[in-house]
Amino acid sequence: MRIVVCLSYVPDTATRITIAPDGRSIERQGVKFILNPYDEYAIEEGLRIRERFGGETLAVCVGPEGAKEILRTALAMGIDRAVLVRNDWVLDSFGVAEALAAVARTAQADLVLLGRQSIDCDSFAMASTVGELLGYPSVSVVSRLTLDADGNIVAERDIEGGKEIVETRLPCVISVQKGINEPRYPKLPDIMKARQKPIEELAPPPSAPRSEVVRLELPQRQRAGKILGSSDAEIAELVRLLHEEAKVI
Amino acid sequence: MAALLALIEATEHGLKRSSLEVLTAARTAGEQLALPVKAVLLTGPAQHLEQAAAYGAAEAILLRHELLQSYSMPAVATALAQLVQAEGATVILIAATSLGKELAPRLAAKLAAGYAPDCVALQPDGDQLLAIRPVYAGKALATVRLLTPVRVYSLRPNVFTARPSESPVALQVREFVPELRPEDCSARVRQIVRNEGKLDVLEADIIVSGGRGMQGPENFWMLEELAQLLGGAVGASRAVVDAGWRPHSEQVGQTGKTVSPTLYIACGISGAIQHLAGMSSSKVIVAINKDPEAPIFKVADYGIVGDCLEVLPKLAQRLAEFLNKPLPERFQRHLHSANAAP
Ligand SMILES: Cc1cc2nc3c(=O)[nH]c(=O)nc-3n(C[C@H](O)[C@H](O)[C@H](O)COP(=O)(O)OP(=O)(O)OC[C@H]3O[C@@H](n4cnc5c(N)ncnc54)[C@H](O)[C@@H]3O)c2cc1C
Ligand SMILES: Nc1ncnc2c1ncn2[C@@H]1O[C@H](COP(=O)(O)O)[C@@H](O)[C@H]1O
Repeated sequence: MRIVVCLSYVPDTATRITIAPDGRSIERQGVKFILNPYDEYAIEEGLRIRERFGGETLAVCVGPEGAKEILRTALAMGIDRAVLVRNDWVLDSFGVAEALAAVARTAQADLVLLGRQSIDCDSFAMASTVGELLGYPSVSVVSRLTLDADGNIVAERDIEGGKEIVETRLPCVISVQKGINEPRYPKLPDIMKARQKPIEELAPPPSAPRSEVVRLELPQRQRAGKILGSSDAEIAELVRLLHEEAKVI
Repeated sequence: MAALLALIEATEHGLKRSSLEVLTAARTAGEQLALPVKAVLLTGPAQHLEQAAAYGAAEAILLRHELLQSYSMPAVATALAQLVQAEGATVILIAATSLGKELAPRLAAKLAAGYAPDCVALQPDGDQLLAIRPVYAGKALATVRLLTPVRVYSLRPNVFTARPSESPVALQVREFVPELRPEDCSARVRQIVRNEGKLDVLEADIIVSGGRGMQGPENFWMLEELAQLLGGAVGASRAVVDAGWRPHSEQVGQTGKTVSPTLYIACGISGAIQHLAGMSSSKVIVAINKDPEAPIFKVADYGIVGDCLEVLPKLAQRLAEFLNKPLPERFQRHLHSANAAP
């Protein structure tokens, strides 16, 4: 089985965001970038499937030079090969999908695994887009995956108020969500070994952007921000405010 | 003959509220762009389609094909792409529900269309729309322009207000029969398992959420009863989910669910950025926390500085009085024993 795992290189959520002088992007200087938290589950799921069915795992990131660091993490966890599609923040998300699909196509992937969302743009869009570009079925936000030796898949997908059980088969694109597994920690010797492993570099395929950010702003704080104490009178006042001012009860 | 398609979902009780919001946004955008609004039913029974007219759609379209008996996302995307072409539609709006977030990008890719996900506002810009969407865990807002002739937007539920039309017209319902092959149904829903009894945070108008400040799982009955009193759902921070106090399905935040209820009451939650990422677009936020410096107060509309175990029973009592409902029994006993204590 040939498994491709897509990794995105994102600013740590805890970092402070400032807007760059162009007014359309963030100031990247001094921002800590990390492996997108959901993508760890995709790596783990890929490794488990390879351990069961054999085959090869390939990790791919469309990102800048610095993203090699997260590809090394994937190698240290046990991923066989890594590819960086060099992109210095110029592609739109459709362009990223095209680059991912191109790598999956060349690798003749049977299974493409992604995280449910990138914590930078939160678009939840990549699995469906890559699936369509490859002509594969796709299932997103999967919290449980069963795969048999004939390539039949049963995927549980989280939906409002419950779960959806989806049947599909390989080749297929799946985005995973927390709960599907517990990602392993890379061991120190494997981290050392991963440093020596080669990371293949590719240029992205040509792509015409389909969207552009015209403006990026910090949200204006427009909350009422009335802070009260906890006396009986103040609790009664809260109920009054919720009714008369906020009009939510 | 261009058109704006509003893709909607129904349940046995009626159109989903997020779909009514989409219809309302579609009506506004349709007026601005001078496009007729056509509603397309994606799932659920057709008997409530009159509601689409009440919200301003002049036409409703049903997808008819034997292969669409049970929901298959790739097949529905294929059918919709054919419909978009047949109608000459240029703008497609859908709610960013779990269905919409999966379907919309697939449809956009089929149509070579640009896609703006999870929008919180749409602004007219000439004969176009600009989409506003939160990025970086809600720490920034991006204004996005789509550059393609056909454009797809998904709208975050509960942010756009659903308002019936002042001049509804008679609804014309018709069917569209797509050309589908069995290969188009390469993924299919076999079953839907509903969570027993409890209202999901994603569907709730009011969420009463608890964090580590609730002190232990044994105190969460307060949130359950308060949620019941208000007709809402219970949410949780990741800290209490990881501690095993509450199930993961209740977790709000970056690794949980993104919610935007009308009222979010955060009890004993510090307000870490990953929590805020999941709830900061709520209409009204109330925080109860004993630490006046807790970051949650920075995003709160109303705050109570105090011990939530003491505040919640009193708040429940006040709310019950106000709503003219009986105070849930466990609160009664609790207040009774608290008053009786020396
Ligand atoms: C990658 C990543 C993803 C994450 N995803 C999520 C997510 O999806 N959702 C999420 O919630 N978190 C998430 N977190 C965790 C987040 O950073 C916080 O650790 C978490 O939200 C804290 O939960 P808490 O507010 O319940 O606990 P704490 O931060 O411990 O806060 C407890 C609060 O309760 C108050 N308190 C204590 N006792 C009382 C009392 N008696 N009465 C009133 N107030 C009291 C305290 O003043 C404090 O403010 C994530 C973290 C990471 C790194
Ligand atoms: N630049 C990228 N390179 C590789 N994979 C990506 C990239 N961006 C997104 N992904 C994958 O797509 C998933 C969903 O991202 P999104 O749809 O952008 O929210 C992520 O969890 C990654 O697995």
